[in-house]
Amino acid sequence: MNPSTQASELTPREFTRWIWRQLTSMRTALFLLLLLAVAAVPGSLVPQRGVDARTVQAFFQDHPTLAPALDALGMFSVYSSPWFSAIYLLLMLSLVGCIVPRISVYARALRARPPRAPRNFSRLPGSGTFTTTASVDEVMAAGRRALVRTRVDVVQTDAGAELRAEKGYLRELGNLVFHVSILVVLVGVAIGALWSYRGAAMVTEGDGFSNTLSQYDEFNSGPLYDSDALPPFGLLVDRMIAEFQPEGPQRGAPKRFQANVTYTENPGDKPQRYEISVNSPLSLDGGDVFLIGQGYAPVIRVTDAEGEIVFDDAVIFLPQDGSYLSEGVIKVPDAAPEQLGFQGFFMPTAVSAGDDAPTRTVYPGAVNPVIGLRMWTGDLGLDDGTPQSVYTLQKDQMTEVLDDNGEPLNISLSPGQSQTLPGGGTIEFVDLRRFARLQIADVPAKSLPLAGVSVGLIGLMASLMVRPRRTWIKATTRNDGTGARLTSVSVGVLDRVPRDETPIDLESFLTDLQETLATLDTSKENPT
Amino acid sequence: MTLEQYAQISNYAMVAATCVLALAFVAHAAEWAFARKVADEEKELVTTGPTPPSPPTEDTTPVTERFSRVGVTLTILAAALLAISVITRGLAAERVPLGNMYEFGLAGVTVALITYLGLVWKYQVQWVGGVVAAFGLVILGMSLSTYVPAGPLVPALDSYWFEIHVSAVMLAGAFFLVGAAASVLYLIRVRAESKDNVGPVLRRFPAAAVMDKLAYRVNAMAFPLWTFGALIAGPIWAHYAWGRYWGWDPKEVWAFITWIVYAGYLHARATAGWKGRRAAYFCLIGFVTFLFSYYGVNLFGSGLHSYAK
Ligand code: HEM
Repeated sequence: MNPSTQASELTPREFTRWIWRQLTSMRTALFLLLLLAVAAVPGSLVPQRGVDARTVQAFFQDHPTLAPALDALGMFSVYSSPWFSAIYLLLMLSLVGCIVPRISVYARALRARPPRAPRNFSRLPGSGTFTTTASVDEVMAAGRRALVRTRVDVVQTDAGAELRAEKGYLRELGNLVFHVSILVVLVGVAIGALWSYRGAAMVTEGDGFSNTLSQYDEFNSGPLYDSDALPPFGLLVDRMIAEFQPEGPQRGAPKRFQANVTYTENPGDKPQRYEISVNSPLSLDGGDVFLIGQGYAPVIRVTDAEGEIVFDDAVIFLPQDGSYLSEGVIKVPDAAPEQLGFQGFFMPTAVSAGDDAPTRTVYPGAVNPVIGLRMWTGDLGLDDGTPQSVYTLQKDQMTEVLDDNGEPLNISLSPGQSQTLPGGGTIEFVDLRRFARLQIADVPAKSLPLAGVSVGLIGLMASLMVRPRRTWIKATTRNDGTGARLTSVSVGVLDRVPRDETPIDLESFLTDLQETLATLDTSKENPT
Repeated sequence: MTLEQYAQISNYAMVAATCVLALAFVAHAAEWAFARKVADEEKELVTTGPTPPSPPTEDTTPVTERFSRVGVTLTILAAALLAISVITRGLAAERVPLGNMYEFGLAGVTVALITYLGLVWKYQVQWVGGVVAAFGLVILGMSLSTYVPAGPLVPALDSYWFEIHVSAVMLAGAFFLVGAAASVLYLIRVRAESKDNVGPVLRRFPAAAVMDKLAYRVNAMAFPLWTFGALIAGPIWAHYAWGRYWGWDPKEVWAFITWIVYAGYLHARATAGWKGRRAAYFCLIGFVTFLFSYYGVNLFGSGLHSYAK
């Protein structure tokens, strides 16, 4: 028969059933779990938008042909890509189909009585026989006593009695708990992903932040999160404290970061104070506020050729590395006659080895802060409506200002200093402030995955460590012809997880049992 | 003693321990080489015919035995030196010495060696000594390449989850190392057994089943620790430190992959009775993914773990 005709004979219903059965087999679930692991790999090698958007931008610049192709495959947001979600959903479905029907099986197994003895003990991994003068009932009672923490049934048979014992039911329970916990984790993570939001904002000392979309520099939310419903808290960064190791081998390593804030949970509430530091977020109703970074925001004042103050504000300079060498941009659209743009560096502790040697920064704390800028004039390109990053200068309609030697003009300022600009006007480094990089996030149901993993771990340990064992004792009496009664006892042991110790355990069990019965015997004889 | 002096002692002890461990490896290698030589001599004797057979087995077996004992002794010395290095490092930095990759590797190998020696004491497993020493040297090399001077913690690590998370992960890693060593030897031995070609070196090792069991035991201990360290304590801390409990940061991805591989290993072993070769491969893949999450991620990936920069 041709397989294709056979396949076509399946009705849609049968086909669906077949698919369901394939999907819900344990093997498929394991396979999907492994597939999920493999699918997670590319996201750890290619930069991810959700983790590090700036690196993604840099990647696009470095690999102009490769990047769009990777982007089409969802490689820059692997963990929210359709194919990753598909694996996740299939896994969840597969686990549901695989576990839910098993719950009742496991539950029944939990309450099950020990099964009846096999007819032939010699096929078991461990068995042994002996005879005793004790009665069948005494054998059964001794057996019952010897099998501690074991579920035991004693059944009368034609020739005597049979003891059925099983221990290790915790293993079933552990199994059940573990598999259900996996589901709990998956559901919890899914809820978290669908209804969460996370955003970051840079707030300069003295400035405030209110929890609305427009105040975020970056914002991501789950597909079901309604970003109009952001909780209405607000805060003010009073002070951003940053301390670094002043000396020793770790000189310059961060020592303490702390943002002192005043917050209101709801508009109109009495403002409260809190000190946010790394590992100690501010927890509010509907979101936690974390301190995830900080940097310098020099206050710059620019007057134009007409003597007007056209710019007077703290400018955030983004740290490039642990030395807090920072980059920033100042845009002055209101300057007359032409718009001005500045771009350059901030160095917290600038040193220069000599006149010709380039200046560099040697310490992240602000010991000798200096900004070095270059200047452009022309059109900032702010009016054509396309949104622009505040951290980059669009230079295509601007020309760089040169000094008398025809070199690009260098402006270098310490706090309090100002410099006259070639076309008239001045630029002044008024003051140095710091900014806090805050992350605001809310992930609902976060205790669900935590509980799932924790309880699941306990279940798993039970199912790994508990060793189920079945023991049977059959006792039958016969007369040996002289009128004395003899009971022959046979014992069989089955470990459901094969173990090497089975014969040794059985040996000692048999010895113990025989000894108990022998003492019974002597105590019976003694009174006479 | 000053902090600098403690730091110095720690560095010297680390270098000395690395050298001693290398010698321990050489001793175990010599043990195998001698076992082979003895066998070769025996073979020659047989082929060259009726020369009076000197009794090589009698006086050379003790040689291999002696090398094995020297190997174990040197490993004890290396473990002691490493322990000194870890402790003085902690004294120099005035904190638990687990604050960066260098310290993580150092402490991890220390625990792995102590675990191995404990197993030697209880179950006579000195046959894995050579492979444990080799793995230990590789990891010490990795951590040396990330050396940083002893010093205080960065603020990100100022949390009691620091000790909990890192020590659980490290302990699990140490056990993974011992398990992987047993699996390597298991694979070599089982290959020889299946070809009915158990050479003189391999004959010094216990039967494949014994090695398989050791690997399983150690991994079964490591797995709950790993789960706790990487998938419970890690995410809890990540919530406080970074504002999310799981964010598919490269380190998290690889910790997760490691978890799945070891879960697959245990699952297959416990339920399907999947002993043997396939399980051993799983265990080795798991160890490689663990090493990658420890080391590779720091080399290739950018991430939030503060050393991963
Ligand atoms: C192979 C897996 C892992 C290893 C070897 C590992 C090891 C370490 C070590 C040595 C530290 C302290 C030193 C430092 O960061 O410089 C640390 C910190 C930390 N780990 Fe892990 N970890 C692993 C997985 C995870 C996972 C899966 C998570 C979270 C989901 C996590 C969360 C954290 C957090 C929050 C910190 C402290 C913050 C920080 O370093 O900035 N770790 N880990």
